[in-house]
Parts: sequence; structure tokens; C-alpha cells
Amino acid sequence: MTQSLAKHSVGVVQPQCIKFQKPLTLACGLQLPNYELMVETYGELNAAKDNAILICHALSGDHHAAGLHSPQDKKPGWWDHYIGPGKPIDTARFFVVSINNLGGCNGSTGPSSIDPATGQPWGSRFPHLRVRDWVHSQARLADYLGIDQWAAVIGGSLGGMQAMRWSLEYPERLRHCIVIASAMKLTAQNIAFNQTARQAIMSDPEFHQGDYLLHNTLPAQGLAIARMIGHITYLSDHGMGKKFGRDLRSGSFTQGKNELVKFQIESYLEYQGDSFAKSFDANTYILMTRALDYFDLAREYNHDPVAAFELARAKFLVLSFNSDWRFAPERSAEIVTALIKANRDVVYGEIESPHGHDAFLIPQQPRYWDIFKNYMATIEVSN
Amino acid sequence: MRIDHEITQSWVKPKSRVLDLGCGDGSLLKSLMQSKQIQGYGVEINSDNILSCIRNQVNVIEQDVDAGLDNFSDKSFDTVIMSQAIQALLHPEKVLEEMLRVGQQCIVTFPNFGHWKARWHLAYVGRMPVSDLLPYEWYNTPNIHFCTFRDFEILCKNMNIDILNRQVTSDNRFSSILNKFRPNLFGETALYRLTKN
Repeated sequence: MTQSLAKHSVGVVQPQCIKFQKPLTLACGLQLPNYELMVETYGELNAAKDNAILICHALSGDHHAAGLHSPQDKKPGWWDHYIGPGKPIDTARFFVVSINNLGGCNGSTGPSSIDPATGQPWGSRFPHLRVRDWVHSQARLADYLGIDQWAAVIGGSLGGMQAMRWSLEYPERLRHCIVIASAMKLTAQNIAFNQTARQAIMSDPEFHQGDYLLHNTLPAQGLAIARMIGHITYLSDHGMGKKFGRDLRSGSFTQGKNELVKFQIESYLEYQGDSFAKSFDANTYILMTRALDYFDLAREYNHDPVAAFELARAKFLVLSFNSDWRFAPERSAEIVTALIKANRDVVYGEIESPHGHDAFLIPQQPRYWDIFKNYMATIEVSN
Repeated sequence: MRIDHEITQSWVKPKSRVLDLGCGDGSLLKSLMQSKQIQGYGVEINSDNILSCIRNQVNVIEQDVDAGLDNFSDKSFDTVIMSQAIQALLHPEKVLEEMLRVGQQCIVTFPNFGHWKARWHLAYVGRMPVSDLLPYEWYNTPNIHFCTFRDFEILCKNMNIDILNRQVTSDNRFSSILNKFRPNLFGETALYRLTKN
């Protein structure tokens, strides 16, 4: 890592596992008797405890949002481009809390954890979670950390859904709500993509109805295909074309030559799928995509998002990317329209980007950076 | 404070909802928030202006006004403002109609193309007017739909729009005396307060 990069990095970070002994009643009616959450923090909590920011991760994210786990680590956290000293989520000003959600597979209690009641992995019996379950568990984390009110709750995609739910469930507990590339509910097409991905996992012979760990196996092939499907939808046609075009990885079309042709995009997707299947849990993937599908911001508000947002007290920043067709700018515009009708404060930017849904993670997008950084700079915190 | 902003402020009720189309750097909304405690929203497409609004802590929505105001419901704002922007629109009459649908009242301000300097420029120099106020050549100007005060009032009449107030401003005291008699010749900027039922 170069000197200039190191200056803007949070450096080496240590995740911590926090145990919660009080049972958590879930939206589905079931109860988790106790649970653990993996958490990383960056920056310092100030004396007034008013500079804390909660990062809510998306489908495949975890608590490791910034910095490195060791000096030799090659890959920093998933949002390292935007969290650190001098970055939009400036750790010189803010105390940043990043969490692996309940149901995750990176240390927080989830389907691959051991169910204390049976001594076996939860597997298929792990409860279906909804976004509000995460929000309630995050509120308990805030209590544990002594944070009464977040300066901001921030999330992209599924993380944006958590941020919005926060603004309705705990309106007094956040001053700013930052919703990036998200939606108040998924469209039928969007659910269809998720279902196809789930079917890829569930039709893998190694899936065993979700109890693959009991059979000492993994539905790796199914999970890899699920990831490929997802990955295609997170990129834009244009962006993919620009990066891969019709370039060949191997073989040729020379007449008279009987060679198997493989396109670059094929091997790229295979690589993405395989490496994901090695590091992620299939049941968690199913759980997260279901939580996405189930989310409907205004369901409990008579399907009226205006009535829902009238309960919110936070100021909102909503951002979308023009090439994002999975969480299209129209979905963000719907959020903004409801917020305006509900008389809430809101800034909305539609950012031009070739990177599709993944744009919210990708560096070197000056307009995204400028809006994000300038907005964050307006958030007031005590010295 | 800019004189046109001052007049606009006097037409806005305290604690009302205000939508500012083409809100620029948000300075008008900011002063309205401070002096009248309004709940304001700006609409902009220029990215530098959007950043300025964010720095000014003004609500700003990135949206092309020419594409319509479908996302705003009927009479959902007390005042809809369009300050020095109507001449840059592709569809001024459609946007005007939309403004009057969304707002109880509308405030529209624009530069007068019938001002004597513009007339003189066209009549004697034989070229499209270029001035301090309108410093563009015909081929690069963002101002594509010029009108005079008289033109605008004819449009209002045709669209059954009620003109509640008109204020005309000019650059110096001499002109401001003259524009009392011949506003369409001596007024530089007009502010109209409009409504439609």
C-alpha cells in the first residue's frame, strides 16, 4: 500500500463478537434465545456520543467495511473507498459502526451457527428474517455501545432498506438517513431474479433441504450459479460490454479449427461464482434474498409510504445511479416523492455511472463522491 | 439581498411549503427558510448548483423541470417559484401549466426581451442582443425562449391565468422612474405572482 493510500485508510482493524443474552422476538413470531453479532468500529466515539454512524450492509456484505485485518491483507473492507480519514464517511469526524447482520455467515448468528438447543447447525431451521429484525438487533447494539442517537444510518441496496426502516421504527434515534441505490419494495422482475438464484441453490443435489452441513457437504455449484445470476444483474449491459465485449479467453473461430471457444465474460462469471461459493453460506444467501423480497416499506402503514414517512424525523439523502436497472432511479424517485409529500427534508441525486447497481461500491466517481462528501460534511457533531 | 429575491420573499407566507424550480445555489430557499421558516424544496439539474444547495443545507431534488412535475401532486405547495429560468425551458407553457397545477400561487421572474437596450441592439446593430444580463451569443445561449412582458401577459390571458401582482425592476434609478410609465421598454426584470383556479 502506498503512503498516500495509507493516510486515508482506517488501517488494521479488529472485529469483535458481541453476545446478546436477552431473547429477540422476530417478525415471524419465533424467538432467538440469544445471539452474537460481529462488529467493527472505525474512528472514536466523542464524549457527547453524537458522532456515531451505522453502516448497514447489502446482500453479500459483512462487518468488514473498511481497513485491513492484517498488514499483509491484500483486500480492504467492502466500502473502504468511502470510509476513512478524509473520505465521505470521514473517520476523523465520525465513529463508524459496521455490523454483520443476524443470519449472516461471517461470525454473527446465522444458519451455519450451532443451535444451542440441539448442538447442531441451524441449517433449514434458522428463522426467516425480515429487515425489521435486523433493525431491532442493531438498536440493541446501539444500546450496548451507549449510543442513543445515530448521527446517520447509511446503507446501499438492502442496506438502504434497513436505513429507511430505522427511520420509521426508531425515528428519534437517527438524525440522518442515507439511502443509496435502494427501493421501498422490489418489483416482480426483481423477485424473479432472486427466486431463480434460490432455485439454483435448492436444486443442487448437495443442498439437502438446507441441512447440507449435517451431511458434511456444500451446495457450492448452486451457490456459484446463484451468484452469477445476481452478478449479471448488478452490472449494466454497457459496463459489461465495455469491460469484456466479445473478447475470447480461449479457442478461436478460425474455419477448419475445431476448438472450444470460451468468452472472457464466461470465465469472469465462473471465477466470481466459484470464489463466492467458497466464502459465503448458501442458506444465508437464501435468507438475505428473501428478506429483500419480503421488504415493503409501507405494508404496515396501509400501503401508504407518505403515511409511513410522516413518522420519520431524520433528514434524508437519496442517491441512485442511471445505469442501475436492478434498483432503478425510478425506485429512488418514488422514495423522494413520498418524502416530499410527507414534508420531510430530502436531497436527491441521480448519478451518471456505467457501473449498474454495483456503482455504490465503486471508487473514482467524482459526482458520487462530491455529493456524498458534501452532504456528510453538513452533519453536525460535537467536538 | 437581490431585489428580485426581496420581492419574492414578500409574496411568500410564513411557514408555508415552497417549491423552487431551477433553484440555482439554493440561496433564495435558504433565506426563505431563515426569514419565513418555510419548508422548501429546490429542483435543479446543474450538478454544481446541486452541490451548492447541499452546502447551503437546502433540500434539493435532481430533476429536469422540462420533463414535467408528475411527482408533485395538485396544489401540494403554497408557492411554486421559477426565478430567471423560464426562458431556458424547452416547454415554458407546459411547465407554467404544471406549476399552476402544483402550487396555490406561482412566482415567475424573467428578463425582459423588450427592454430598450435589446430593441436598440436588434434594430441598429442588427444582431441578437448581448448584454451584461444576457452575456451569450445566439448559438450558445441557454436562454431559448425569450419574451417581453407583453408577450408573457398575453400567454397568461390565453391560458386563463390570473396575474395577482407584477413588479418590474431595473438597473438604476433613472430607469426605474421610466419603467413606471413604459415598463415593457425600460424594465429589466419582471416578477409575476400568478394563480389559476
